[in-house]
Amino acid sequence: MCGIVGLFAKTPEVEANLGALLAPMLHEMSDRGPDSAGVAFYRNAVAAGQTKLTLQHDDATYDWDVLRTAMQDAFGAEHSIERRANHAVVIAHAEAAPVETWVEEFFPDVKIMSAGEAIEIYKETGRPEKFIETFDIQSLNGTHALGHTRMATESKVTTAGSHPFSTGLDLCLVHNGSLSNHNGLRRMLRREGIRFQTENDTEVAAGYMMWRQREGDSMQQMMDNAFEDLDGFYTFLIGTRDGFAVVRDPIACKPAVIAETDEWVAMSSEYRSIATLPGAEKAQTWEPAPATIYAWEKEKV
Amino acid sequence: MTTATDIEVVDLAVTPLRELNQRLHDAKNGGPKSWKIVNPNGAHALAVGIDADLDVLIEGHTGYYTAGMNKHANVTIDGNAGVGVGENIMSGTIRITGNASQACAATGRGGLVVVEGDAAARCGISMKGVEIVVKGDIGHMSAFMAQSGTLVVCGDAGDALGDSIYETHIYVRGSVKGLGADCIEKELKDFHRAELGRLLEVAGADAKVDEFKRYGSARTLYNFNIDNAGAY
Repeated sequence: MCGIVGLFAKTPEVEANLGALLAPMLHEMSDRGPDSAGVAFYRNAVAAGQTKLTLQHDDATYDWDVLRTAMQDAFGAEHSIERRANHAVVIAHAEAAPVETWVEEFFPDVKIMSAGEAIEIYKETGRPEKFIETFDIQSLNGTHALGHTRMATESKVTTAGSHPFSTGLDLCLVHNGSLSNHNGLRRMLRREGIRFQTENDTEVAAGYMMWRQREGDSMQQMMDNAFEDLDGFYTFLIGTRDGFAVVRDPIACKPAVIAETDEWVAMSSEYRSIATLPGAEKAQTWEPAPATIYAWEKEKV
Repeated sequence: MTTATDIEVVDLAVTPLRELNQRLHDAKNGGPKSWKIVNPNGAHALAVGIDADLDVLIEGHTGYYTAGMNKHANVTIDGNAGVGVGENIMSGTIRITGNASQACAATGRGGLVVVEGDAAARCGISMKGVEIVVKGDIGHMSAFMAQSGTLVVCGDAGDALGDSIYETHIYVRGSVKGLGADCIEKELKDFHRAELGRLLEVAGADAKVDEFKRYGSARTLYNFNIDNAGAY
């Protein structure tokens, strides 16, 4: 069992208060996933030619300024870095690929949680309420956000095994369920050049999506392939640069509820976390059908 | 002093769920007959295990297993209900004004469950005597291993309807995406017309008996067939 939540802002007010609205939703899902928690926020997009990275180090007192200074020397220009608990968001003046390679080469004990223009991923083991407090989730703004509370079934309780999983630039995945053919898929994906950090089944689903996107699949094509190839139970919440998508497996084994008002779209494993939102009782509320993609996107200005 | 005609209002934003459920259980020994529960906010196991002739109105959406194991009481959920509403209902009536999530009235042994909106997957799974009327659509794998009772669907049914069914009567007005193993369309006889007409009336459903088709067991799966002996 795990809990997943998502919130998509339709108004500037909801965008400004996204973290304050998402935190109670996540907290309400603590019973479904007490061992780890994580969020992906899409916020404060960087300018063209820049890359935003979320980095993590096991030592909460890690001196991020060393990395920032070294990165400036390597890539030029002024780099900013902002610590959030044992994570840090750095805005690099370079394309994603060379910066990620550079971090991996020169700071091997630093983990890259996410990369892109807008995405920030924070995740940690421990009780969700502690996570919310430590990472000050309430203070975050954003256009949309995804969250996860984990009750591990397939692999170890570690930061790397927590959700969301990055699936590429500005892309991420959270998952409630379990996959039974992840070992075989992981071997296949390794041959395709996809790298894995853990023995976790969701990381394999994330790697699968990374692979399908690399092969040029649209969201629909990717999920049509996934319905064939992923054996197991899942409700997926997939984060993209401009929105998110909800998909359940073809027999809808794991729960999911969607609610929509003029102000927001919310998704959760259970209604009780949506009930924490203002206007929830008047929202249009429904249960997504199996093997069907429900997606929301910000209109591009 | 409370009289039998007073409505007992319980606000779940103030009263703990266990305290409310205990009071509903204790109502068997006397006390208010009419209850109104406000601010359910998706709480699980709400009004579970009532064993008294009560009228309970829940204003708002509920979580899992609402009014499960209900005996005698009339429970109305003015909103949507989560997974397993009316699970193992024994008697009484449960009415959901919105939609019901999956496994609505699962394993129900008696009583009536009415869903004004849609019911999701596995509606009436393993039902054993309950009567269910859904005014909207039902999801896939509904009435899976259904043993007895009646399922009426005024809208459409999802895939694998009545898979491995025993003796439940299923009536569907709309389309059926697919029938499960050993479930077939059957003749609508006078007995069935009467049963269906009664349930449509009790549920307040605006539908005519002749618009429905009946589905039930082909009885090839659960009877031992000597030709299959080699398969065991």
